[in-house]
Order: sequence, then structure tokens, then C-alpha cells
Amino acid sequence: MPSVPRDYIPMLLVPALMLAMLPLVGSMPTWVTLTVAGLAMGMMIFIMSSGLTLVFGLMDVLNFGHGAFVSVGAFAATLVLVPMQGWIEADSLGQNLAALGLAIAMAMAVTAALGWVFERVIIMPVYGQHLKQILITMGGMIVVEQMIHVVWGADHLPMPLPAGLRGAFVVGDAAIEKYRLLAVAVGLLVFLVLTLVLNRTKLGLLIRAGVENGEMVEALGYRIRRLFVAVFAAGSALAGLGGVMWGLYKETLTASMGGEVMVMVFITIIIGGLGSVGGCFIGALLMALTANYAGFLAPKLALVSHIVLMIAILLWRPAGLSRK
Amino acid sequence: MLNTLLSGDLPRSRAMSVLLVLVVLGLALAPFITSGARPLNTAATICIYIVLVASYDLLIGYTGIVSFAHTMFFGIGAYGVGLAFDSPTPAWGAMALGLVAALALTLVLAFIIGLFALRVRAIFYAMITLAVASSFAVLASQMSQWTGGEDGKTFDVPDLLSPANEFGEFMGRIVDGKVLTYYIVFVSAALVFLALLRIVNSPFGRVLQAIRENEFRAEALGYRTVLYRIAANCIGAVAAALAGALMALWLRYVGPKTTLGFEVMTDILLIVVIGGMGTMYGSVIGAALFILANNYLKSLMAKAAGAVAGVPVLEAALHPDRWLLWLGILFILAIYFFPSGIVGKFRQQAARPGI
Amino acid sequence: MTDALLKLSGVHTHIGEYHILQGVDLAVPRGGLAVLLGRNGAGKTTTLRTVMGLWQASAGKVEFNGRDISKLRTPDIAQAGIAYVPESMAVFSALTVRENLYLAARNGPMDTARLEWIFSFFPALKKFWNYPAGNLSGGQKQMVAIARAIIEPRELLLIDEPTKGLAPAIIQNLADAIRQLKGQTTVLLVEQNFSFVRQLGDTVAVMDDGRIVHSGAMADLAADRALQERLLGLALDSHQ
Repeated sequence: MPSVPRDYIPMLLVPALMLAMLPLVGSMPTWVTLTVAGLAMGMMIFIMSSGLTLVFGLMDVLNFGHGAFVSVGAFAATLVLVPMQGWIEADSLGQNLAALGLAIAMAMAVTAALGWVFERVIIMPVYGQHLKQILITMGGMIVVEQMIHVVWGADHLPMPLPAGLRGAFVVGDAAIEKYRLLAVAVGLLVFLVLTLVLNRTKLGLLIRAGVENGEMVEALGYRIRRLFVAVFAAGSALAGLGGVMWGLYKETLTASMGGEVMVMVFITIIIGGLGSVGGCFIGALLMALTANYAGFLAPKLALVSHIVLMIAILLWRPAGLSRK
Repeated sequence: MLNTLLSGDLPRSRAMSVLLVLVVLGLALAPFITSGARPLNTAATICIYIVLVASYDLLIGYTGIVSFAHTMFFGIGAYGVGLAFDSPTPAWGAMALGLVAALALTLVLAFIIGLFALRVRAIFYAMITLAVASSFAVLASQMSQWTGGEDGKTFDVPDLLSPANEFGEFMGRIVDGKVLTYYIVFVSAALVFLALLRIVNSPFGRVLQAIRENEFRAEALGYRTVLYRIAANCIGAVAAALAGALMALWLRYVGPKTTLGFEVMTDILLIVVIGGMGTMYGSVIGAALFILANNYLKSLMAKAAGAVAGVPVLEAALHPDRWLLWLGILFILAIYFFPSGIVGKFRQQAARPGI
Repeated sequence: MTDALLKLSGVHTHIGEYHILQGVDLAVPRGGLAVLLGRNGAGKTTTLRTVMGLWQASAGKVEFNGRDISKLRTPDIAQAGIAYVPESMAVFSALTVRENLYLAARNGPMDTARLEWIFSFFPALKKFWNYPAGNLSGGQKQMVAIARAIIEPRELLLIDEPTKGLAPAIIQNLADAIRQLKGQTTVLLVEQNFSFVRQLGDTVAVMDDGRIVHSGAMADLAADRALQERLLGLALDSHQ
């Protein structure tokens, strides 16, 4: 039986990069700090981008307003975090995580609902018209961002880390921030769940088939439009989750915080290949790691490291990492 | 004669023609029908934005390209002039050099970006230009020793344009260097606008529109669409750079917020959609309305907010800082219900006889 | 008058400004294999796509089992009992053969007996069961596409140019498979290859410029050399 060819190279890129940087960075503790920071940020960007790439792959819709969902997620989390201040400040990690869990649930519920409305009201009328899509989703982002101001008032909102997640573990000479480890764990969990759903459930099958040929899925008897809304809402919920993680990382929330990361999100999904969760995962980690290493090794270069990475990968695989 | 001046692209609506004449006259006579610095500043900004948005309309309205790199070219033009003047004795020669360098850089960048990115789908092009423009903005902010960083640079202009240089008095306004600067801005803007109008009404412009409508058919008819798109990209970029140069000349200041910021891009999009894509005149009326409203409507909003003080969401929504909220809603409604914007609405009305 | 399972009456379809179908009248009798012949551009694929709801008819009526399906959306038309094997095959390359068939079996788990029956004339499918469909050869992909349409019993199969680009041995394989299907279901087969369809078809319709220019029994056409030559150039490959 002929063997199924697997595409190994993209999977090796992240560990290869990490190892290659070790001699360049020189000191192990610094390398550990940079690497953990890069992985944490990469995971958060992956979470924010995963929804967008699926939506684009499946529905051929690019939501330029995706960043607004990131912001809304973070702000919605405060609806839980503020009243549960006590649990956040408590010395018990259990209470911290419970409060955080509830906040995340709230954020994802709000952004899923908002996503559902957004898809029906803003996006559905302009299916297939890319120019109008770009414009109208941008308009949607402006309106949502402004509504954040209207509803939550202040320009900045603080989002302190739960007590049990502050500070760092010290391993040898290296300091590893506790929150960053959580971010990595959450990112891996999201990746795992997404991969399982996509590969082991009928829903995932429909999505993967739909990404390739939506018309044929319909010809097989499935109402793919309903799938669209569900995926869009799920993608928005993921953005919301990313927003909460990002907000805790920055410890301050602004209405435009989502818009600010959109460039990195776009680069990630371009690098990864539209519609591919795996590609997005690798792309996000590569981008964040590169930015961190560059920031240390060649600070001036760090500003354009995203673009350079994007160009390098597109020169190698013009349709992104996931497509040969 | 009017036909030649406007390259055959007449307003086609009496109401709109009246509005246009008002805008043009208002801008032409601005120093003499207003007093003080602020209205003149508003007028100059309108002139500059008309060019900036018209050059964007060439891309989005006539060629069907959504680009987020427009502010980058705006900024290059501004920095070219600004940095050239940034010396103890600002000289015309230096300005000319700066301008030429800026335009050259603009052309090269527009060409390269177009060459690599215009073959791909519209959505990719939009994302790539967004990435490039934001990197450029970050670069400009970071290279502070040259560009003045986040705060930008203020500089002096040659003595001829200085406010201290007075030529006399006319109709209540002291005609000084500032007024002279205003007329340089006004005349330059008018010339560039008319040039753009000529371009969109030329055979080249018609091919662009054909490409926008149905690229496949245009290719089938033998047009190398990529080349046309790249050309349109370059022309639009150069016009934007010129607008930037005028901006720097007027403000005697250049900085990332006023040129490279995403807010500027948002404003351009809002104006071009609400004014009317693919009309050129949309940018005239749109820019005038937008800038006027931006400067003067906000106080109206503040009063309205005061009137509903105490009503929780409504008061916050009417706060003048929330100006963008209403614009955003108008923007979305425009895309759905009147994609040809205000100009389109005027022309529709005009086409209906007897109403 | 045989009972027509599928009936098109005066169907016009526009794609953009192109008027492709210009009043198609077609009746597919229940239980047989109807062939739709025509050269490239005649409108055969458009006809199938219109029936399937992928393109909306601008005028006329499409009836299935007496029910007007002209305005229905594609998923509902498929649910009504019509299966479609497009010209491009449209196999999901990233999915395995198993997953392709699993998706097609929307009414429940795959019937193992039926699967064995499919394997009997498409043995390659069993061999490459867990293999991504994109790695299969053209002929094998065609097998996947047809298997998808028959994994569950359907009332009507629409098959678009299955032999295009395939080697003669595979074509023979396909002919045997379709012959087996004939007893079970009604088939509307679009083709350019006359020698392939002359043994299989019960009725034939010839299409040109968006209209049906001939229809009748296949046996009559196969026996009438003069008629074939008259329609030559419109539909029939001269070297068959």
C-alpha cells in the first residue's frame, strides 16, 4: 500500500528556529526568556487568528473588523473580573483560575453573539463582493470600537493579572513568567481542540470539505449557509478568547487594542495559508519568535521582521506554509 | 470651455453643480470671506483632502483596488518637503529636491508593490498594503533622529511664505505669506484634481473601468490588466504624495499622526464612500462636508449630548468624541443603500424628469 | 407515455449576460439511462447545473417527481433525491476516500453490503481507502466521485462527462459500473463520446446552442447512420 506523503518541513520550522537562535543569543537564560515570551505571544496571536483563517477559508469572507472582536472580548471579560475582584486578588490559584475561566466564558459568549449578529447584518448582504466586504467590515469595526467607548466609557481600563499568576518561576538563571506559561497552555489546548474537531467530527469534516468546495458540499445535501454562521460565531468567540489573554498580557485595555494586532494577525494567516489551522499555528509562533529574537539580536531589524518573514515564506511557498 | 476644463465629466445634476460651485468659490475666496486662522486652516485642509481622496477614488472607484498604503505615499510627500525645509535657512531649491526625491520614492514603491502584489486577489492586496503601510509608519516613528519620531518636526518655510511678510490689505484681511501659501495650496490642488479628472476620462481611464467591471473580459480583449493596474497605482500614489507635500507646506509640520496614522486612512475611506466612489466629484463634496462637519459639527453634538444628560447610553453616544460612531453607521448605510454616495444620489434625482 | 422522473420545460438560463440555455425541453423517463449529447459549449453542463440549482433558470420550469424544483436551493434539491457527479469531479482532495464517502452518506452509517458492491467494480477505492483523495489518479478520482453519488440509493443520478481524459481500460470499467447502476436508479448522462453511450443509453437527446435538436430512443439513433452523420459535428466524435 503506497505510503501517504506527509509534509514535514513546516512542522520542523519552529523547533529549528529555536535551536538555531540558541548559539546566536549566547546565554541560555536569555534564550529561555526570549523563547517563552515568543511562544506565549505566538499562542495568543494564533488564538486570535485561528477564527479568521477558518472563516476566510470556508466562506471566502475576510473580516477586516476581526480586531473589534478581540477588543470586545477583553472588555466583556471585565464584566466578570470587576465584580469578582476578590477571587482575582485571592491567594488561591484555584480561585484565580475559576474567576478567569468565568471571565473567558463571558467573553466568548458575548463575542459569539456579536459575531452571529455581525454575520447576518453586515456580512451576509455582501457575500461574494470582496470590495464591499472589505469596506463594510471596516465600517463595522469602527462602529463596534466606538460602541465600546459608549458602553464602557473610559479610554483605558485596567486588567490586572490574577494574584496567583503574577511573577515568575526561576529555573536556574532564567526567569519564566507564570502568565506566559498559562498562555502557552491555553494556546496548545485551543490548537488541540480545533484539530480534534476538524479531524474527528462530522462538523470538522464539513468545514474541511467546505473550505475546498462549498458548492459540492451543498450538492451533497448540506445547508452550508448555516455552517457559515456557526463558524463565524465560533471564530469570533476565539477572537474574544484571544482578546482576554492579550488584555491580561498588556494589563491595560483600550478600544483599539484589537485593531492594533490586526497587522500581525493578517501576516499570520497569509504565512500559514488561508483556511489552515495548522499553518496558522506555525505561522503565529514563527512570527512571534522571530520578532522576539530580532528584538534582542538586531533591534532596528525587529520593526520589519514581520514583513521580512512574510516575504521569505511567500517566496518559498507562495500560497502559505500549508500548501506546497 | 467648461467642458474642456472638466474633461467632459460634467456634474450632470443641477443641485450638485450648485453645491460644487459653492465649494469652489468658497475655497477660492476663503481668505476674504472669513477672518482668523481657523477657517483658513479648514479651507486648506479641504483642498488637500480633495486631492488625497480623489487620488484614492482613482484606485478604488475607477480601478477597483482597495489599498491601505495610500497614507504611506501621503506621508512620503509630506516628509519629503518637511525634511527638506528642516534647516536654519529653508530654501526653495532644497524643497524642490525634497519633492522630487519624495515623488521618485513614491513611484518606485508604488511600482514595486504593484508588481508583486497586484496579481493577487483584492483581499491579499489589501492585507499586504496594510502590513507595508503600518511597518512604514513604525519605521517613521522610530527613526527619530531623522524624522522627529512620534512628535514629528516643525520647520520654517522660506521668508516669502512667512506670516510676517505682508503685502497689503484686501477686503479686511491682511494679505501675508500665509495667504500666499494658501493660494499655492489651492491652485496646486485644483491643478492636480483637474489632471486626475482628465485621466479618468481618457481612454486609459475607460480601460481601468473596464477592468474594474470585468477583468476577465478586459484580458480577453487584449489588455494587460496588471500593467494598467500598476499604472493606476503609481498615478494615485504620486497624487497622494503631492497632497502630502502641500500638507507639509501648509502646516509647517510633519508627523506620523497627521499623515501615516490609520485615522487618516479611515477618513479617506469614509469620505470616498459617502461622497461617492467612482465619481471624482464625490471627493470634492465629501471632503468639504467631512472637514467642515469635523470642525464645526462637533460642537453641535456637544450641545445635543448636554440636552440628554443623564440618559446613560444616549449621552455617551452623542458625545462629540463619538463622532466616528455616527460616521461609521453612515458609512455602512452608504455601502448598502447608496454605493455611489452623495453624488450618486444627486445624479439619480437629476435623471428623474419632472421631480 | 412513459412517466418522466425529470422534466425540463422551456428552461432558459443566463450567466451574466450570456444566454446559454435557450428554451430546453427535456424529459428523462423513470428507470432508464438518458443520454444528453452535444459538443463543447452546447449547454449540457449548464443544463445539469440548472437542474441542481447551482444556477437559477431565468425562465421555464424544472420538475422532479412532479414537483417544481426550479426555485429550490441546491441542498434541498439534493435532499429530494438527486445526486450530482460534476465534470470536474469535485473530490475533496484533503479528505480521504473514506471521508469523501462518509460525507456523501448523509442518511446514516455506510451500508457495508453496498460498499462491497461498489468495491466490486471500483477495487481501487478499497485499496486507497485511507488515502487523501487528492493523491489519486484521474480515473480513481472519477471512481470516488461516482461512488459518492451511489453510496446511498438516490432516485436520479446526474453524471457529467465521466470519460473525459480517461484511459480506454478505465472507460470500460466505468461502462460496466454504470451498466450495473442502470437497474437500480435513473441516470441522466452527459457525454461527447458516442461509442461509450450507444451501448448504455435507452433514450438520447442531442443539444446544440442551448436547445434540444433531437430526441428519441438510443436504439433508433444507433441504427441510423444517416442521422448520425447529420448530427455529426454537433455531437458525435468522428473517430468513434
